[in-house]
This record gives sequence, structure tokens and C-alpha cells, in this order.
Amino acid sequence: MKIACGLVHPTGGSVEVLGEPPGSLEARRGTGYLAELFRFPGWLSADELLALHQRLAGSAGGAGERAELLGLVGLDEAAAVRVEAMSKGMQQRLGIAQALVGSPRLLMLDEPTSALDPVGRRIVRDLLQRLRERGVAVLLNSHLLSEIELVCDRVAIMLAGRIVQQGAPAELARPRGVEVETGVGTRVFEGAGREDAPRIVADLVGSGEHVYGVRVLSSTLEDTYLEAVADA
Amino acid sequence: MNGVAIVAGYALRESLRRRVFSVVVVLSAVFLALYGWGAAIAFDEASDLASTTSEVDAKVIVGSTVFGLAMFSTLFLGSVLAVFLTLSAVRGDADRGLLQPLVVRPVGRTQLLAGRLLAAAAVCAGYVGAVYLVAMLITGAVGGWWPDRLLGPGLGLAGGVVVIAALALLGSVYLSATANGIAVFMIYGAGLAAGLLGEIGEALSSQTLEQIATVTSWLLPFEALYRAALAGLTADAGGFTDLAVELGPFGGAERSGPLLWPWVALYVALLALAARTGFARRDL
Repeated sequence: MKIACGLVHPTGGSVEVLGEPPGSLEARRGTGYLAELFRFPGWLSADELLALHQRLAGSAGGAGERAELLGLVGLDEAAAVRVEAMSKGMQQRLGIAQALVGSPRLLMLDEPTSALDPVGRRIVRDLLQRLRERGVAVLLNSHLLSEIELVCDRVAIMLAGRIVQQGAPAELARPRGVEVETGVGTRVFEGAGREDAPRIVADLVGSGEHVYGVRVLSSTLEDTYLEAVADA
Repeated sequence: MNGVAIVAGYALRESLRRRVFSVVVVLSAVFLALYGWGAAIAFDEASDLASTTSEVDAKVIVGSTVFGLAMFSTLFLGSVLAVFLTLSAVRGDADRGLLQPLVVRPVGRTQLLAGRLLAAAAVCAGYVGAVYLVAMLITGAVGGWWPDRLLGPGLGLAGGVVVIAALALLGSVYLSATANGIAVFMIYGAGLAAGLLGEIGEALSSQTLEQIATVTSWLLPFEALYRAALAGLTADAGGFTDLAVELGPFGGAERSGPLLWPWVALYVALLALAARTGFARRDL
């Protein structure tokens, strides 16, 4: 991600960001970025920080854009609060608002929810979904796989700089069987998938058993990650 | 250019908000008050010297000496300001995570660096210019002495702190804030030592020592500017007065010639270019 932003120079391979070389003026104009480890000057208020980044990004959004972005991340009441008086979670949300200044076509977020409490995480998750609806491409780098499962359309698992697995979360998930709750207890049909569930239920009912519940089991992204890393 | 102005404005606002200016103004006012007090006593004592000898213009010796010392202090204070405004501009800010959000913006690395240099140069040059002016007015008011050149020495001090700021900015690309601060102050000390060597060389009539001092002061042109500024104070003095001035603590004065300012401009440009090249290659 740092290479894509032009912060680190690549030692090999090829990189393009929005069709441009990473770090080029055109690439920087079209992207917003939030680093994993970042700090904003403590003496700036939230509104002043966004105003500074509007000037740096050449955004003509003015006060309207700043108010909208602060509202998006749930900081509309904190426009005049200085960064030094904010909690880490508030700073993280302000960081996301800062990355959105100038309406970038590509938003790159490095571990954006790492310092957030559950409420902050929910706000960011909802925000990412709204951005997706707006057509903004978001590149999210995170170790919180349960969150990735909820918000990402495509997932790439990387190990030592190489992609070892990629695809939609549903594609990466592997069927682990069908669990059926019957009158005589819970039975697991290993190897069965979603499409096998109606037949299994019909067979059980046909043989006189009472079925109270059915659950299709699949591996989580975490399972997929652990398997991919182990295989690599 | 717009990006440079934005970054410079941001750096200036940071200095204001962090109360750098208010601290500097208060401490400088204390320094100037002490200077005025000391200068008044020195001029008073010198009137006794004037009554015992007619060959030495005591007012010139005392005025140029105390004002020369004020200039030394001004250069030192301005250099401290220059170093602290720039010492962590690149690596220090990058280590703290302050730089990355700025660098990824369209404004880019070169304009970011140029803005930081412009802001530091404006603050420090303005500061030494103001202290120089007030010290000169105090000297004139309490002793009735004025430098032979009014503007040139002040510009020399301003140029000196711009050179220091450029050195510290270059150092900030490669060194951590602490290491950079130490390095720049050691360079400053080397320049000072060169000036003292030249003074000793002049007293001992040692051409070698004087040459070492001259070469060093051109390698570190803030020192050459300072020596030229001192020479400007008594540019029109002659005879035994000039000799007495040369032998005093003021002996580091050295007329510079027409090449000094072009050299300073080239030197700062080379430092800025080296900083830009290093910054462009640095991973953040």
C-alpha cells in the first residue's frame, strides 16, 4: 500500500494506480490514503485539518465538504476540537475523513479500524458500504478478517509480498457440511453443501424423523487465511 | 508554487500556534534590555578612555565592539531558531507519522521541502533583521554611535541564518531530529572556531591560520557573512582606531568582496537540491 501511495519505492515488479505510475501527480490527485501509523498536528482542530488537506488536494469543496465529511465519520460535533484533545478512535475517524477530502476515486486504508471501539468500527463499516454505493473503490488492508468478510467484494490474502489466495469472500469460503437438528439430536453431514440441504431434509423427513433446524456450514475467511498461509 | 505557499503558511501557523514566536519575542526583549544596559555602561566607561588619549576614537571602538557582540548573539539566537524550525522537517516528522499524510497529496515532496525552507528562512531572517535593527537603535540612543554601513550587516546576518536553516533542512533528510540538531550546532561551532582562528592568526601574523579561517568561512558561508557583516560596521574607520578595532574581540571582521553573495545563493541552492534529491529517494 505504501508503494501504491508513492511513500516507498518498489524494488521489483510493476505498479499502476488508476492507470498511472504510483506517486505520480495524477495518481496522487485521484487517491485518498490513511496510513496505519499516522499522526496529525495536535494544534489543529478537526475542521482546520480538513481545510489544510483541502488546500493540499486542491479541493474546492469548502465548508460544505468539511461538514459532510465530519458527519460521515460521526464527528460533526467535534469540528472545533483540537486533535490533541481527541481519543485515538476519534483521530482514526478524522483520518478517514481526511482521506476522503477531494472525493478521491480510490481510497486506500491501512488498518483503518485497528484503534476503534465497537461503535467506531460499526461507523467505519457503514461508511465503507456507503462509499461502495457511491462507486468509490476502496483498498482496505486489515488483519480483522471478520470485518473484511462483511465489507469487501474481493479479498486477496498476501504472504511475504505475494498473493496466495484471492477472490470474493463467498468463493474463498469452503463448504464444511450441513448441520441438521432432529428429534434425536444434531447430525452433521460432512462434505455436503448448500445445494444438498433440501435433499438431506427430504430424506430425513421421509424416513420419519422430525427436523427442527438446518444450518449450512462453511469455513470462515480466517480458516481460509490459515490454510492459505500454511499451504504457502 | 501554490503548494509551496500552502506549506509555508502551514509552517508559519504552526510556529504561531505553538507559541514559538511569543517565547522568542519575550526572550529577545530580555536580551535587548540587558544589551542596552551593558552598552550604556560601556559607553560611560569609555568616556574616561577618550579623555586620556586623542589618537583613538573611543566611541567607535566601544560602539563597534558592543554592537559586534550583539550581532554575534543575534546570529546565535537566529541560528537556534533556524535549527529548531527545520531539524525534524523530514525524517523526524516521518518517524512520528506527521509527514505521510502530507506527502501523498498532490503538493508532493519538492514543494513540501521548498515550503518548509521558505517559512524557516522568512521567520529567521525576519527575526535577526528585527533584533539587529533594535540593537542598532539602542546603541545609537545610548552611545551616539552608528555603524558605517546600516543595511549590509543586517542582510549578512539574515543570509547567515538562511544558510543555517538550509543546512538543518538538508540534515533532516538523512538524520534523526536529535542527531541533526547536534550536527548543525557542531557545524555552527566549527564556523565560530574558524573565525577565532582567523583572529588569532591576525594577532600572530600567521598566514596559514588566516588561510584556514578564510577557507573554512567560505565552506561554511554563514561565517563569511558574519565576518563581512562585522567589517561593515567600521568600513570607513582608519588609522589607529581601525587597528584597535582589529585587535579587539572584533578581529574576526573580514571584507568579503563581490563574490560572497553569489556564492551564498549558489550554496543554498546546492543544499536545497541535495535535500530534494535525498528526499525524493527516501522511503517513508
